[in-house]
Amino acid sequence: MAQLFVEPGKVVRARELAQKAARGVQAFIDRHSTVAIERTVLRLLGIGGAGARGAPLSNLLVDKLREAKVLHKGAAWWLGRALKASPGRDPLQAIERIAAYPEKLPPLSPGEDAELRETIRADARSAARELREKVEKRKELKRSLQVGSFPGAPWKYVIVATGNIHDDVEQARAAAQQGADVIAVIRSTAQSLLDYVPHGPTTEGYGGTYATQENFRIMREALDDVSRKLGRYVHLTNYSSGLCMPEIAYMAAAERLDMLLNDAMYGILFRDINMQRTFCDQYFSRRICAFAEIIINTGEDNYITTADADEAAHTVIASQLVNETFAHLAGMPDELIGFGHSFEIDPAREDTLLREFAMAMMVRELFPRSPIKYMPPTKHKEGDIFFSHAYDVMSDLVAISTRQGIQLLGMMTEAMHNPFLMDRYVALKAAAYVYRAARHLGDEMAFKPDGIVARRQREVFDKALALLEEVAKDGMMAAIGKARFGDTARTETGGKGLDGVFERAPDYFNPFLELLEGRA
Amino acid sequence: MSEKHLIRPYGDRKDDGVIQLSFVLPVPVSEKAKEAAAQLAKKLGLSHVLVSSMEKAGEDYSFFVVYGRTHMQLDYAAIEVPVVAHRKHAFDELNDVIERDVGRKIVVVGACIGTDSHTTGIDAIMNMKGFAGDYGLERYRMFRAINLGSQVEPHALVEKAREVEADAVLVSKVVTQRDVHKEDARTLVEAAKQAKIFDKTIWIFGGPRVDHKTALELGFDAGFGPGTKPSDVANYIYYRLLERQGRAPPPQPTAHGTPDAIIQGAEKP
Repeated sequence: MAQLFVEPGKVVRARELAQKAARGVQAFIDRHSTVAIERTVLRLLGIGGAGARGAPLSNLLVDKLREAKVLHKGAAWWLGRALKASPGRDPLQAIERIAAYPEKLPPLSPGEDAELRETIRADARSAARELREKVEKRKELKRSLQVGSFPGAPWKYVIVATGNIHDDVEQARAAAQQGADVIAVIRSTAQSLLDYVPHGPTTEGYGGTYATQENFRIMREALDDVSRKLGRYVHLTNYSSGLCMPEIAYMAAAERLDMLLNDAMYGILFRDINMQRTFCDQYFSRRICAFAEIIINTGEDNYITTADADEAAHTVIASQLVNETFAHLAGMPDELIGFGHSFEIDPAREDTLLREFAMAMMVRELFPRSPIKYMPPTKHKEGDIFFSHAYDVMSDLVAISTRQGIQLLGMMTEAMHNPFLMDRYVALKAAAYVYRAARHLGDEMAFKPDGIVARRQREVFDKALALLEEVAKDGMMAAIGKARFGDTARTETGGKGLDGVFERAPDYFNPFLELLEGRA
Repeated sequence: MSEKHLIRPYGDRKDDGVIQLSFVLPVPVSEKAKEAAAQLAKKLGLSHVLVSSMEKAGEDYSFFVVYGRTHMQLDYAAIEVPVVAHRKHAFDELNDVIERDVGRKIVVVGACIGTDSHTTGIDAIMNMKGFAGDYGLERYRMFRAINLGSQVEPHALVEKAREVEADAVLVSKVVTQRDVHKEDARTLVEAAKQAKIFDKTIWIFGGPRVDHKTALELGFDAGFGPGTKPSDVANYIYYRLLERQGRAPPPQPTAHGTPDAIIQGAEKP
């Protein structure tokens, strides 16, 4: 069994501190919205198409409202108002008309305003019902099939990244047949920095494939088919990170994706996205994930590919507790929070296996109801594929014997190229062997209460606690400003996407937020 | 003429020519597939072909591990490799040598200039995350990386470089219609000369249609094309900086497993 050698009182204290740190940010989130959130609202209300040159209609509409300086009332309200002013018109034209001279619109009486809101709320409820039906459909298929290799085995997670969605399907199908439980379609380089989601199927990408709603649909359909044939459910995941977190969350829900990479701080630290923007966007995206029962995967593994994995281990724990708090504030149950971490300690050192066990068990036990997402070694990978394979197998062993929930399998060609079909095959075969060979190893194994593993856990947790004390005292945003996470300092007004953040008006209207927050 | 030095791959005995290879064929596993793998190896010129493993890598794919012997030999003495300009340092090692040889952080300013909004390239080189598993300049302890992002006017970039006393300036251009990239690059060089920082700064030009030769013609120190990794740029800047200071690169200890490499885009002797 995974063992936790940390005093329970310290764990309680750490959680209190994380909550204290997050509360200040949440107060900010509750007063603000972003262009990405408003675009998502429009998409939920059926504005999913693209304009003449491929620009998403939701972007065109939100831009119009922003230019007219009226977006703070909420895009949903304006859509309702526009359709009331020009019934029967297409939404873009209707919005264009009123956005041109918003001051000339006759004011609505309180009764009319309430009626307008009720109409849109009814639309929102029916959109939510439709989304719910899709989620149920996904769950029904999953219930009817085997999930994972055997109960207690991590789900084997592999990546496809050809740039062409049709080639991705071919590779994903082969991976599923080879034993993969989760398929991730890596996004095209720097898609996270696009302030819109491209439209339609795509066949060209750089280092990955664009995340589009149509690409999601194509891949999920193929995986439904292969799941039924195999009698084993194959999950699909993508990336709700960057400048379009909530939109991707909505598209994933609509196209029945099972998981999403989604982290409260990743974009800020590793993509230099403005922190106000990310905090607001992560909240709404997680509200959607909670509603659609999408498992999120947090990105703490990135901290220990930046800094030294051994020295920065405590930042992983501290960040997980912060991510937990933000996820809870967004209504997510523990079962949907896949906390991320990884097997990354420099293999040139001694006793790294014990230290990896210490971390893996600690994360497992701190979040007992959550599906922990375990990442493979990457930082110290070089071109020797034979060594690399042996190195990955060690992480397989830790994963199965500490009951990690989702394991991204290491590729022997990591640091060389995107995974080849045969790289995935070799990784999947080895993982299947290790899971089989060590199936009950974790149940039999017990570490000494005062040995290397126990001492290491206490040391890491104490440092995490000290970091959280500081973060709670300074506030989240100030702590990020001081490079407390991921060795990277970011300022409140720096980074990309700040101009897409705005304060909500007192009469701000967002019918989905009302629904998702349980207020309607 | 030096004496010939003939060599072949070494498996178990000198000159046995043994080679191992692995590949996938897009056909289901079968005896026929196995024969196809063997024939492929023979077409590659191998003899004594042994298909040691045929694995089902999905319904329509077979994965093979194959051994064979090559009869090729070559004269090792006749091989000429241009003198390695710089040994490429791995991440931690580069930080250490910069600390030792430069003694402070190297300041780098980067931007997409003109109307270009394609920050993919500059972000891949500068951001934390980096590119293809290779960390960006931001992640190096000994670099101060300032990414101004997209649509930066050449004058604004020069102004920033002057303000922070940049050691190097990275310019990325993706849009190259009607040679707009060259025009913007020339404007930048002019602005830098006016601001009197041209000579004391390292100027680097990058983008999918950029090569070293063009960059030199435009007055830059180096040009980096597609596939360039942040570590290539980081190493180049370090060496160029030492060169500018009139210091030859100091002797390099052998790193664990890091092969010597020519830095892409670096001037070759």
